[in-house]
Amino acid sequence: MSELTNLTIAAARAGLDKKEFSAKELAEAHVSAIEAANDALNAYVLVTPDRALEMAAESDKRLAKGEGGALEGIPLGIKDLFCTEGVVTTACSKILEGFTPHYESTVTRNLWDAGAVMLGKLNNDEFAMGSSNETSAFGPVANPWRREGSDDKLVPGGSSGGSSAAVAANLCMGATGTDTGGSIRQPAALTGTVGLKPTYGRCSRWGIVAFASSLDQAGPFARTVEDTALLLNVMASHDPRDTTSVDAPVPDFTASLKDGVKGLTVGIPKEYRIDGLKPEIAKLWDQGVEWLKAAGATVKEVTLPHTKYALPSYYIVAPAEASSNLARYDGVRYGLRVDGDDVISMYENTREAGFGAEVKRRILIGTYVLSAGYYDAYYLKAQKVRTLIKRDFDQAFEDCDVILTPTTPGPAFAQGEISGDPLEMYLNDIFTVTVNMAGLPGISVPAGLSGEGTPLGLQLIGKPFDEATLLRAAQSIEDAAGPLKRPENWWTKAA
Amino acid sequence: MQETVEKNDLLIAGETGDWEVIIGMEVHAQVTSNAKLFSGASTGFGAAPNSHVSLVDAAMPGMLPVINSECVAQAVRTGLGLKAQINLTSIFDRKNYFYPDLPQGYQISQYQQPIVGEGEVIVDLLDGTRVVVGIERLHLEQDAGKSLHDQHPKKSFVDLNRSGVALMEIVSKPDIRSSEQAKAYVSKLRTILRYLGTCDGNMEEGSLRADVNVSVRRPGDPLGTRAEIKNVNSIRFIGQAIEYEARRQIELLEEGGEVVQETRLFDAKTGETRSMRSKEEAHDYRYFPDPDLLPLELTQDWVDSLKSDLCELPDEKRERFIRDFGLSPYDASVLVAEKERADYFEAVADGRDGKLAVNWVNNELFGRLNKEGLGITDSPVSADQLGKLIDLIADDTISGKIAKDVFDILWTEGGDPAEIVETRGMKQVTDTGAIEAAVDEVIAANPDKVEQAKEKPQMIGWFVGQVMKATQGKASPQAVNALLKDKLGVEE
Amino acid sequence: MSVDRATVHRIAKLARIAITEEEAARLEGELSGILDWVAQLDEIDTADVPPMTRVADMKMKMREDVVTDGDCADDIVANAPEADDDYFVVPKIVE
Ligand SMILES: [Mg+2]
Ligand SMILES: [Zn+2]
Repeated sequence: MSELTNLTIAAARAGLDKKEFSAKELAEAHVSAIEAANDALNAYVLVTPDRALEMAAESDKRLAKGEGGALEGIPLGIKDLFCTEGVVTTACSKILEGFTPHYESTVTRNLWDAGAVMLGKLNNDEFAMGSSNETSAFGPVANPWRREGSDDKLVPGGSSGGSSAAVAANLCMGATGTDTGGSIRQPAALTGTVGLKPTYGRCSRWGIVAFASSLDQAGPFARTVEDTALLLNVMASHDPRDTTSVDAPVPDFTASLKDGVKGLTVGIPKEYRIDGLKPEIAKLWDQGVEWLKAAGATVKEVTLPHTKYALPSYYIVAPAEASSNLARYDGVRYGLRVDGDDVISMYENTREAGFGAEVKRRILIGTYVLSAGYYDAYYLKAQKVRTLIKRDFDQAFEDCDVILTPTTPGPAFAQGEISGDPLEMYLNDIFTVTVNMAGLPGISVPAGLSGEGTPLGLQLIGKPFDEATLLRAAQSIEDAAGPLKRPENWWTKAA
Repeated sequence: MQETVEKNDLLIAGETGDWEVIIGMEVHAQVTSNAKLFSGASTGFGAAPNSHVSLVDAAMPGMLPVINSECVAQAVRTGLGLKAQINLTSIFDRKNYFYPDLPQGYQISQYQQPIVGEGEVIVDLLDGTRVVVGIERLHLEQDAGKSLHDQHPKKSFVDLNRSGVALMEIVSKPDIRSSEQAKAYVSKLRTILRYLGTCDGNMEEGSLRADVNVSVRRPGDPLGTRAEIKNVNSIRFIGQAIEYEARRQIELLEEGGEVVQETRLFDAKTGETRSMRSKEEAHDYRYFPDPDLLPLELTQDWVDSLKSDLCELPDEKRERFIRDFGLSPYDASVLVAEKERADYFEAVADGRDGKLAVNWVNNELFGRLNKEGLGITDSPVSADQLGKLIDLIADDTISGKIAKDVFDILWTEGGDPAEIVETRGMKQVTDTGAIEAAVDEVIAANPDKVEQAKEKPQMIGWFVGQVMKATQGKASPQAVNALLKDKLGVEE
Repeated sequence: MSVDRATVHRIAKLARIAITEEEAARLEGELSGILDWVAQLDEIDTADVPPMTRVADMKMKMREDVVTDGDCADDIVANAPEADDDYFVVPKIVE
């Protein structure tokens, strides 16, 4: 039944309605695929087969009664940042070792309420801090894609690297991710999947382990734009428990997918043509422009003058908020505790042993920029720069409907290839981080392959709460790019 | 009637000259509300450990704060009661520090933009003078949990029931100049909060606690270095802590020492303040706006509607009592210090002589209540009963002296004053014939005293006493006086 | 170096993370590198720019003053490394 895992969500949902297969069969197919693949890919940090089969059985009952929800019987993987009731949730950090929430995040609750089936918890960079999934306490995730003629393990991007790899390798039909600086779009680009970061406030943050509260946003991964829209339909909601979630109607994002881009104006920000932009990235971007033009869009150069300041200001705001958000991991109420002579040394020992190097680095940077005498120079300054970045976009969106950029400065790199200098890793988010700073929606769509035969993505940026237009334009790119090559399956153990 | 407020320039004499004590206070007042500031858990006192705790209060991963509108309204009401500026936009900040009873690792508070700005409190002192203490600001913040240190030799126990309860931190300007003023300030603040219903003011349960900043200086000098005495939880202790601390600083300075800026604790057993074990590092709270919370925005209409619903506040009530009932400022201050007391008085004084009413309420009633350790709401004599009793005095049915006996009966047995007077024959005798007979009898029985009275007119008092005794106090004192003067031939 | 060794230790203390001298040496370089890099923000004049106080254009909602939560002490302490009688237990706190 392995072809079941190859289906899109839309096709699987239709097949379930037509009784071509059962939710149980769909779940089983995925569970066995995970069993056979996870040793090689390490995409899942926890597989929940019993729960999956239980949920699938319930789905089958509802389907039999004709009461199936929008995602009835669809097997999904959940980033380990989402708290799942009764299922260990650790944000892939040692400090949350064994933590079993007695509550369910709003986004996952929405998914289960729509009938989706949970396969397990997906790997990610520790506390979502990273761009390669190498900072996870559970070890790195391997990208299902490999360079042509090479066995080297590539990174799946990060922080939602487990999500991107699992979707790319057909270990789930869709997955949840979170995106603070590019953590959905960058891994999507590096694995040939679609990843969408909604407008800040579109999805509730309640029950998601916080990294940087003013930047974090949950979003979906899938293999097609349509599937991405289907997932967003369910994940998005106004939640009274998150007062930063917006009280706005959630439209059916699939409704206008096929409307094309005729009549839309696509902005091309000249500042994204950075020094040293790789020729193949520039070429891909130009290709995207041509596709959209050919589909009837008007293309226009726009200017986002503060682009180059987005990444440095992000590396003030995000660590500052993180340093405070991660103060609760103190060995008192949950997770790891390493004893000490007194309370203070218990704290220090616990946090020393519980946090990995990247998390510590960011906590320390964040602590520093907020400390006495530095607040104005760093945090306040960065929040002012954010205002300028937002104004740039407001201005640009007076002249266009969506903005097209590359998602990443390059294709997937090998595990261990970028290490040593943290700044080099940070540069991965150079095109995605502006979107978080301005709270806008962004999507990465697979658009072609690199010279190494690995995927590349294009990013579309939309107006606040206009994910519908974003998805329309993404659909046009997907249509123009045509059916993409899938990664060669090297990861499945012989049964 | 506008009274003058005294210039506040109290001095203390030291060995080497005069000193001025400068006091500022930060009062933490627990907001009266059903649920916590950012969670739906109960604020109830004295519950089982961690039973009034939500996932938000325990800072579980992914939990988010949602603000309680009533706590905001209570802060605004308090601001209005303090005649303070209400800021239509304010910001919640995180104050970051580690402590086991602070689950989030930060306290949500307000730092640069509090909900309430400058205001004032008029403080009534025992000698009848009043001073104005400026309010710097009032902000909303979360309370922390409680750590218990005496359950285990090597462990502390943490209960988060208080964690997240709304507090108003009310910061005064350094306008206070003595322990007496400080005590009176806190009392007055508590009175205002209770009138408003925004804090129950219960210091034993920790609903109201004060941090006291004390410094001393030579008159005219700039402010000296201050010490902050943390969490003093009774008005008496506030006075003791200041007395001790001011004297400690003066002695230190007079001996050529220096005051260090530090946090000190008041030890109720010894009445002394002591330095808290100095921390290895200075506090660095890394305040920044809480990214989980948007700016708190209020409309002027909403503030106005809260304002129009406010009750009459103690200062206004005091003015009205002075104006409408002819009370002395002192009596009026005593009455309004407690709203129930003022209400009681008003019920008694309604349609009656205010001075007579205040005399009975402040002296007879409160005297008796104090003696028996009762509060006004426990009074066995109702306002209605006391009012009727006063009516009997006013229309000369009974004398003031008899009224005290009737009051005593009301206190112990209850009943209707008129009926008591009637059935027990306590009515004042105004029949001149009967009084005259009693007067004649006393004069006849005491010829020697009659002689003396001719020399010493004050002796008449003795005769009045004898006549009153003979009539069991029921004779009208005025009538007895007039008759005696006439018969003894005493001129005034 | 924008950050010296003593500052690294002070910050680690504030953040309650024990670090060895060796780590402090490494962090001194890394943190300085990051801070030197973010210093490019100094190029922009932000004197008249207000800081961003909200990401989405929306107002904060408030909830009613109703008790809707609590009475779940078991859940609250369920994940605690050490608990006793529904209390969290920590090494003795010395004032
Ligand atoms: Mg304070
Ligand atoms: Zn405070």
